[in-house]
Amino acid sequence: MSEPTLTWNLARDVEELLRYRFMVHAFEAGTIVAVMAAVVGWYMVLRRQSFAGHTIAVMSFPGAAGAALAGLPSAVGYYVACGVSALAIGRSRRPGRGPASSARSGESAAIGVVQVAGLALGFLFLSLYSGVLEQLESLLFGTFLGIDSAQVLTLLIVAIAVLGALALAGRPLLLASLDPEVARARGVPVRTLDVGFLLLLGLAVAATSQITGALLVFVLLVAPPAAAQVLTPRPARSLAVSVALSLLITWLALSISYFSPYPLGFFITTFAIGVYLLAQLARHVSPRARDRRPPAPVAPPHSGSAPIPLA
Amino acid sequence: MLSHEFIRNAYLAGTFIALACGVVGWFVVLRGQVFAGDALSHVAFVGAIAAAVVGIDERVGLFTLTLGLAAVMAGLGRRAQADDVTIGVAFSWILGIGVLLIAVLSTSASGNNGLIVANTLFGSIFGLSAGQSLVAAAIGLGVALAALTMARPLLFASVDVELATLHGVPVRALGLVLLMLIGAVTAEGAQAIGALLVLGLIAAPAGAALRVTARPYLGMALSGALALGAMWGGIALSYAIPSLPPSSAIIGLAVGAYLLASLRSTIAI
Repeated sequence: MSEPTLTWNLARDVEELLRYRFMVHAFEAGTIVAVMAAVVGWYMVLRRQSFAGHTIAVMSFPGAAGAALAGLPSAVGYYVACGVSALAIGRSRRPGRGPASSARSGESAAIGVVQVAGLALGFLFLSLYSGVLEQLESLLFGTFLGIDSAQVLTLLIVAIAVLGALALAGRPLLLASLDPEVARARGVPVRTLDVGFLLLLGLAVAATSQITGALLVFVLLVAPPAAAQVLTPRPARSLAVSVALSLLITWLALSISYFSPYPLGFFITTFAIGVYLLAQLARHVSPRARDRRPPAPVAPPHSGSAPIPLA
Repeated sequence: MLSHEFIRNAYLAGTFIALACGVVGWFVVLRGQVFAGDALSHVAFVGAIAAAVVGIDERVGLFTLTLGLAAVMAGLGRRAQADDVTIGVAFSWILGIGVLLIAVLSTSASGNNGLIVANTLFGSIFGLSAGQSLVAAAIGLGVALAALTMARPLLFASVDVELATLHGVPVRALGLVLLMLIGAVTAEGAQAIGALLVLGLIAAPAGAALRVTARPYLGMALSGALALGAMWGGIALSYAIPSLPPSSAIIGLAVGAYLLASLRSTIAI
């Protein structure tokens, strides 16, 4: 196989890009992942649950290591670990337990504990599995080279399920995220939505991290939605912007990393932060955009903190 | 067990790292800044890789990056507490750079880069030399003392920002110093129990202490004691069971303490 080279002829470059089966699969998987992460991440950013999202994302590492140890397919490990950690975090979100724990500090400690417990287990599994170090790297940072059509199909099914569930629960979830008190008063099952959303997040993350790796899923979950919420306050438009940005980042990063010796993760994270910074810049420069505030959630009484996103 | 030099080194470094993690962690949990601690500790790993690429002592890379990011996070957020989206975007980008550096490292250096990656991610407390553990102990002690020195004003600023500001407490400066202390603790802890796991010694003992008691100094002491117990017990446990990595044992004990404490507070109510 000759080294791929980039030319100025765009059509030739695209042809070159899609010459190999693995690259076609990578683009299919990347597209599905980008759309799903952008939509789920949009709610995650709105609900200020980035830490929970990051923790669930990291859980795919012990999941995969545990599955390898038990001789199960790694996908099983991903889904089980992400699901269990989502439930554990959901449980810890019950407010008002313990003497000195204001809900915020109690929650952040609980999420941290869930995360390190999972990572310590993952490390244990890995060392019991007579540690294959290259595998560690691809578990944490992902690979898009070995995706087969069965994986793409699974991803598609998961994405349809997650997006379908969000389409059904989207409006009440939006209300519950922005103003839990009002939502509760109107009979929206806030607590069920809370746990349900974390489970959806877990599902999306488990599917995604098989491709992007445990440490890098997070960037697609947080950067495009955060940029979109900076750019426009309207939920529907902002969701669309988020999806568009996420697709752009993923496609661009996949193409460039194909022609470059350096890993995909670097390009994805760099483009993502670039998009986020540009969005922030746009808001500061354009007075029109500054007047249109992003949807500021009414902060729950215990956390007197800034409306998202932060200027 | 103590006749082995590497065990003595591990106990020396571990003791003071655990104390520092416990005391600083109490404030981290109280202020709900565990995510910031998480970001700082994961970033420590990139610092170590960068140092390996450049070919300098890994501690230079560790401290430069964690202290630098701590300053940036303090500068970005209101009240020197960064927003969670800002933290998330910034630190995933730094992890992305880490991936790039791993690729650079594996094309330039021959061989054991996998070992460097694994050691910085999950730590190697049994691999510390006598000199390294002395430095670790000194830094741990320094961080713990610094945190205790500013405990009163920091407590005030954490519990009621507005009132503390009115009373002339330098809220922003305290927030910055706390983030720097977290940075120092994670950089030091990353060498011993790993960039991915050091968060456990910050969050779990402190979380447990805050569930058990609302009194500040008692809580700090309890948090330090729990961290110390997890560290000592974990080292001993891992010595007794060779297939159990020390980092996993230490974190396992810390998480166990947290679970017991939350069980207790659930039953008590």
